[in-house]
Amino acid sequence: MLLTALTVLLLDLFLKEEEKGFLAWITILGLAIAAAMAYLLRGSYAGAFQDSYLLDGFSLFFSQLFFGVAGITVLASARYLQETRIRQGEYHALILFGTFGMILMASANDLIVFFLGLETMSIAVYILTGMWRERGQASEAAMKYFIIGAFATGFLLYGIALIYGAAGSTHFGRIAAYLTQPAQQWPPFFYAGLFLLLTGLAFKVAAVPFHFWVPDVYEGAPTPVAGFMAVGVKAAAFAVWARIFLAQLAPLQSAWTVPLFVLAVLTMTLGNLLAIVQTSVKRMLAYSSIAHAGYLLIGVVAGNEAGGQALLFYLLTYAPMTLGAFAVVAALKREEKDCESYGDYAGLGFKRPFLALAMSLFMLSLAGFPPLAGFTGKFYIFRSAVVTGHTALAVAGALNSLLSVIYYLRVIVMMYMEEGGAEGKSFAAAPYLYAAVAIAALGTIYLGLLPAGALEASRLAFLSLR
Amino acid sequence: MEPFTRDLSLLIFLPVVGALALLLIPRGRTRLLFQAALLFASLTFLCSLRVLWRFDPASGEMQLVERFAWMAAYGIDYFVGVDGLSLFLLLLTAFLGPIVILASWTISERVKEYLFFMLLLETGMLGAFAALDLFLFYVFWEVMLVPMYFLIGVWGGPRRIYAAVKFVLYTMAGSLLMLVAIIYLATRNSQVTQLLTFDLLRLYNLQLPFGEQIWLFLAFALSFAIKVPLFPFHTWLPDAHVEAPTAGSVILAGVLLKLGTYGFLRFAIPLFPEAALAAAPFIIALAVIGIVYGAMVAMMQEDLKKLVAYSSVSHLGFVMLGLFAFNLQGIQGAIYQMLNHGLSTGALFLIVGMIYERRHTRMIADFGGLWKQMPLFSAFFLVVTLSSIGLPGLNGFVGEFLILLGSFQSSPWWTAGAATGVVLGAIYMLWMFRRVVYGPLSRPENQKLHDIGTREIVMIIPILTLIVFMGIYPRPFLDRMKPAVEMVVKRIESKKEATPLIQGTGGGREARPRGN
Repeated sequence: MLLTALTVLLLDLFLKEEEKGFLAWITILGLAIAAAMAYLLRGSYAGAFQDSYLLDGFSLFFSQLFFGVAGITVLASARYLQETRIRQGEYHALILFGTFGMILMASANDLIVFFLGLETMSIAVYILTGMWRERGQASEAAMKYFIIGAFATGFLLYGIALIYGAAGSTHFGRIAAYLTQPAQQWPPFFYAGLFLLLTGLAFKVAAVPFHFWVPDVYEGAPTPVAGFMAVGVKAAAFAVWARIFLAQLAPLQSAWTVPLFVLAVLTMTLGNLLAIVQTSVKRMLAYSSIAHAGYLLIGVVAGNEAGGQALLFYLLTYAPMTLGAFAVVAALKREEKDCESYGDYAGLGFKRPFLALAMSLFMLSLAGFPPLAGFTGKFYIFRSAVVTGHTALAVAGALNSLLSVIYYLRVIVMMYMEEGGAEGKSFAAAPYLYAAVAIAALGTIYLGLLPAGALEASRLAFLSLR
Repeated sequence: MEPFTRDLSLLIFLPVVGALALLLIPRGRTRLLFQAALLFASLTFLCSLRVLWRFDPASGEMQLVERFAWMAAYGIDYFVGVDGLSLFLLLLTAFLGPIVILASWTISERVKEYLFFMLLLETGMLGAFAALDLFLFYVFWEVMLVPMYFLIGVWGGPRRIYAAVKFVLYTMAGSLLMLVAIIYLATRNSQVTQLLTFDLLRLYNLQLPFGEQIWLFLAFALSFAIKVPLFPFHTWLPDAHVEAPTAGSVILAGVLLKLGTYGFLRFAIPLFPEAALAAAPFIIALAVIGIVYGAMVAMMQEDLKKLVAYSSVSHLGFVMLGLFAFNLQGIQGAIYQMLNHGLSTGALFLIVGMIYERRHTRMIADFGGLWKQMPLFSAFFLVVTLSSIGLPGLNGFVGEFLILLGSFQSSPWWTAGAATGVVLGAIYMLWMFRRVVYGPLSRPENQKLHDIGTREIVMIIPILTLIVFMGIYPRPFLDRMKPAVEMVVKRIESKKEATPLIQGTGGGREARPRGN
């Protein structure tokens, strides 16, 4: 308990003292220290604030994931910030705040704490979205995100209130105890509360039909922030989803299997179909992140150990390839021009071989080609569906992967089989960005070739919930 | 168990080591890049000869087996081995490796990437032939796809992007469903035997009810049928062949298509024997339609490469016919024909590539009378053509004869239909040959053509040697296949007898399997 607080405090320490160029380094140092502490804490179990905040394998797993995500984001944004004249101090502080909120969500054992974390994260991300103030699109995106996000928050809060009304507590443990009571006559408004809670989470993970904000917001946001949102926010929301619905409220499983089944199929299919028709790579990535939310939902539907583990592992594999892809998009930006259309990628393979090679890896991985991270992630997600008897869902996922191949390959076609297009930054111009891309690429290959360790970590993390 | 060896892993991963080594060579040193790639491809071939040497011809079991835990908690191993079914396909792949590098000598753009993908592709193919773990097989199967996609898409003809994307999408459509089927199979096995494994040899022993088998068989069969390509799934092939660079076509025809037929033989048929028996009439029908249809379409082609591509559809139909005869001669003939097709069609693509490099056209009408100008070339061309149509004394005859012999025992009428394919094959090949090589040397462009050079002779001579050798003396090949083929046949025979029993005693549930 003390140690948890310490981790948080450590983070807090670095939030305030903000100066200039070396801020990024301080941020990374802080993240590294926090990650190291999380590593040292592995295997421990502690609660704080009357067990409303838990330090267990699950929260540590996600903390480390978030630290990694934030670290890569900071690296990828170094050059971007200079070009767009975004204020460094606020930017890094907000990234850290956002990360802190995500950790709070993953560690929450009480609906109120969860809500606090969600708000901390969301507010940080709202501001991050609009930070490039000189651009109209950014403000529009931030506004849109804020309004829709606030709406989702309203749903969540109302859902929490209803659940509290039924169960008499916001503590997960007590809600779970309430569910085990023999009296199976839960009031209807308890279901309504659950439904609202699910709706709020669906907003955050960008599941269809609550996905409309995603492409506009990602497109308007600074590119590294879009990556941060696509991975971090999604992972945090799925962390809560896993903790609440797969562990504490697992007895209710059968009640939401069918709606979630439909939701997963819709999310995958619509995300992929809409991604095909995009002309901007950044928007394509936004829709692809919706599709991936659909694959992740397969793990939720599957439930139990297989599904939970696959869900966690998928988030792990999803992180490097998505962050890397967004980092490459950021690398193509030139002064005022975004260079985000497919045409801008033409011939990149021979102008910037490294960037194009890395981007090909990310695209192939996202499409699910072995031996890359995206394949192993999908393999275990599909496996969880088959093991729990949802073979149809695995087939739907497989067919969707086929759809996704169409648009992921288009990027590669442009990079290697066409001429012209944007220049892309050289290594000398953006060394940190290259570092971020390299780390993401290595992660993508590593999780594809040698996933055994990460799989075991995901399994243990999920099991620590029980 | 044999003493532990790493021969197979060496064979599989040597090309990828070569590919990585190429990355260290500066981009400008084209000659050195080619030499290095050729060196690694040749070393790989030597490794394959070592595998052949260590192979025990009397055994039908898996040999040179290697196994390491990869994801132990999920029963996924790195597990490779070789038996009579895969031995010669591995050899063929390694044999064609140096030849296709030589055939690429005229590539001048982006040489480094080109050779990198070539070697990567070789690893993918060798791995897919040797893999005995379904997960591992799937990984290699997909790994092949990406380099081929690049080879067609970057170095191909004018419609290369269309052809490359079509190739990938067709193949993925089948293989993704196969992935789900693989997962399902392993899951069912773990429910029945309490052992989670993707080990092919263990999964062979799993007995599934017919209703499940047929679905799994269909998922596997779709994936392989697209690759073969079996008749209605063949439309990607002419596009891919026409647009691919010469070496890409050689690999595509020589090896990639065989992975489809090999997939049937190694996976789809032995894993789901009852379903394969039930599906056999349909597949034989499709195979024969493919034979005749491919031959007729080939006859009408103006473009040499398209002609050869459609002749592949026809020839692979023979292979499928032989496989689904389910007897020793048929399957042996099918494997033999896979090798033949790899050699003769590979050689045909090389030959088309040679005249394309000289004239930059592949239209039959643009040629004629070449023998006056290029006698050596024409002689080679003649041998390959005769091999392709199955002239006795050359390799094609042995394969086709065995296949027809085998399939006549099981389905005489379809065999009669297939035999017309042999006649049609002779017609379109000889007609094409006559139009290209004989006749007056009327076109002025053709009068300046020079005959093939040393590099081209070095490429084609080994193939011709094998074509003749395999035609005259097939025994060393057939003997090594026999034990493994007999095991496959025995598996199916046992089911053949058991099938009516199952349907008879199973009562209402088993008798309506298709209802599910």
